[in-house]
Amino acid sequence: MTRIRLARNLANHRFPGRADEDERSEILSLCRESLAETPGLKRSFSVTMEELDSQQRQLLVERHLVSRELIDAKLGAGAVINRDQSISVMINEEDHLRIQVLRTGFQLKKAWNTIDALDTALESSLNYAFSSQLGYLTACPTNLGTGMRASAMMHLPALVIVGHMEKVVRAVNQLGMVVRGLFGEGSDASGSIFQISNQTTLGEAEPVIVKRLQSVLKSIVEHELNARDRLLEKSPGKLPDKIGRAFGILKHGHLISSSEAMNLLSLVRLGVDLGYFPEEQRLAIDRLFIEAQPGHILHRSGKTELESEDRDCLRAEQLRSEFANFMSPNYDSFGNN
Amino acid sequence: MASPLKCDLCDNLATVHLTQIVNQKVHKVDLCETCAQAKGVTDPSGFSLSDLLLKASLNPEPSAASGLRCEQCGFEPEEFKKTGRFGCPACYEALTGMVDPMLENMHKGTAHVGKVPEHALERKELEDRLTALESNLKIAIDAERYEDAAKYRDEIVQVREEAGLAQIGSI
Ligand SMILES: [Zn+2]
Ligand SMILES: [Zn+2]
Repeated sequence: MTRIRLARNLANHRFPGRADEDERSEILSLCRESLAETPGLKRSFSVTMEELDSQQRQLLVERHLVSRELIDAKLGAGAVINRDQSISVMINEEDHLRIQVLRTGFQLKKAWNTIDALDTALESSLNYAFSSQLGYLTACPTNLGTGMRASAMMHLPALVIVGHMEKVVRAVNQLGMVVRGLFGEGSDASGSIFQISNQTTLGEAEPVIVKRLQSVLKSIVEHELNARDRLLEKSPGKLPDKIGRAFGILKHGHLISSSEAMNLLSLVRLGVDLGYFPEEQRLAIDRLFIEAQPGHILHRSGKTELESEDRDCLRAEQLRSEFANFMSPNYDSFGNN
Repeated sequence: MASPLKCDLCDNLATVHLTQIVNQKVHKVDLCETCAQAKGVTDPSGFSLSDLLLKASLNPEPSAASGLRCEQCGFEPEEFKKTGRFGCPACYEALTGMVDPMLENMHKGTAHVGKVPEHALERKELEDRLTALESNLKIAIDAERYEDAAKYRDEIVQVREEAGLAQIGSI
């Protein structure tokens, strides 16, 4: 999945962290008014965080539609999300506006074109804070200039298994990109899913940053594929064993934590890449990465609260029923690699 | 050099030492156990230092930033050290002395070369014209040049109409 976000602020207004309630409400209504008239955002879903209960907020976070910072924000925090959930705009997060476009796969250039057009349309009715020297002015100086953070999520199980992630992270850092684990706190990357994004925003034009990110992604993919080949060559039983065991636990487990689920799903996804499972099953796995998150389990249960063991039990139940429909792995097939 | 390193964020003894290369420059950050935990620094290689760097880069010479204040929102450099955020867009101009040295370590360059919001620039130009006209108007009135003053007043009305949107979002 690819994501680009732009940080934007209105001129002559204090940043959300420093504005009082009145000013934040004023900013909220100014932004909502403009967003409602923007092509691509008509008939979208517009809410304030106060209108949602904690469970609904958690769902939005787990779907990457809003940030944790937004749901913890003070009065006046809002979000506008389009129908297919490919565009979301956060209001009064760290900046007045955080515009985000999501795309499947590595469609960075398309994502940039979409967000560029959206931003231009918004700018005709909102008075952006901009300086010709520093670019778009943002609450945090690390976002100055383009205000753009372009990122892609990558599934890198083989690099994690062979222990090369650290090397990759260092190399990527030198190219001005940052690597973060997607699930779990800090850099603990359960599920071997990483987010690669540009580190700096000032001194380079957006298309240049996007292009460099694209080439970094391409070379990481190559490293991952090499690592897979080497693993299969050096210890041919290792990956099939890990993948088969993961499949067994997903199909028969009764207590599965969210982090274990991420790791197991990650291995089965690798199995799809290696042709052990039919390609059609990838979609279900990617959906389960999100549905196995705590907020989604709670939502499915219809309850307002769950003990962690009950949650692990419900998660395993859902996974069992999903994996009952999966074909058993076929280790002789070499479909995709 | 002989004395043990202090944490960049508080005054405790630093036990976690991180190095990261940003834009071909080596940056070192020293943290105590508590701050390292709080910042989620468990695996240095997977961690972006930019947030810490910007705080650490302010530490050596706080005097360079003292006495600065944003007239628009009342923001002072001390607050930046606590939050790492500025108060309003005008802070950047008011606190240039503090911003400039920070940017060199933080970004690829110090000047924006990306997208430019056309409307914002047009509006800014109109605002600048208004400011100039208003000051001319005041001078004309003070000098009792009433014919000139009337001319400026008409022009101001015209520019205001042209600006239209410039009213949006102004306090
Ligand atoms: Zn400390
Ligand atoms: Zn200010």
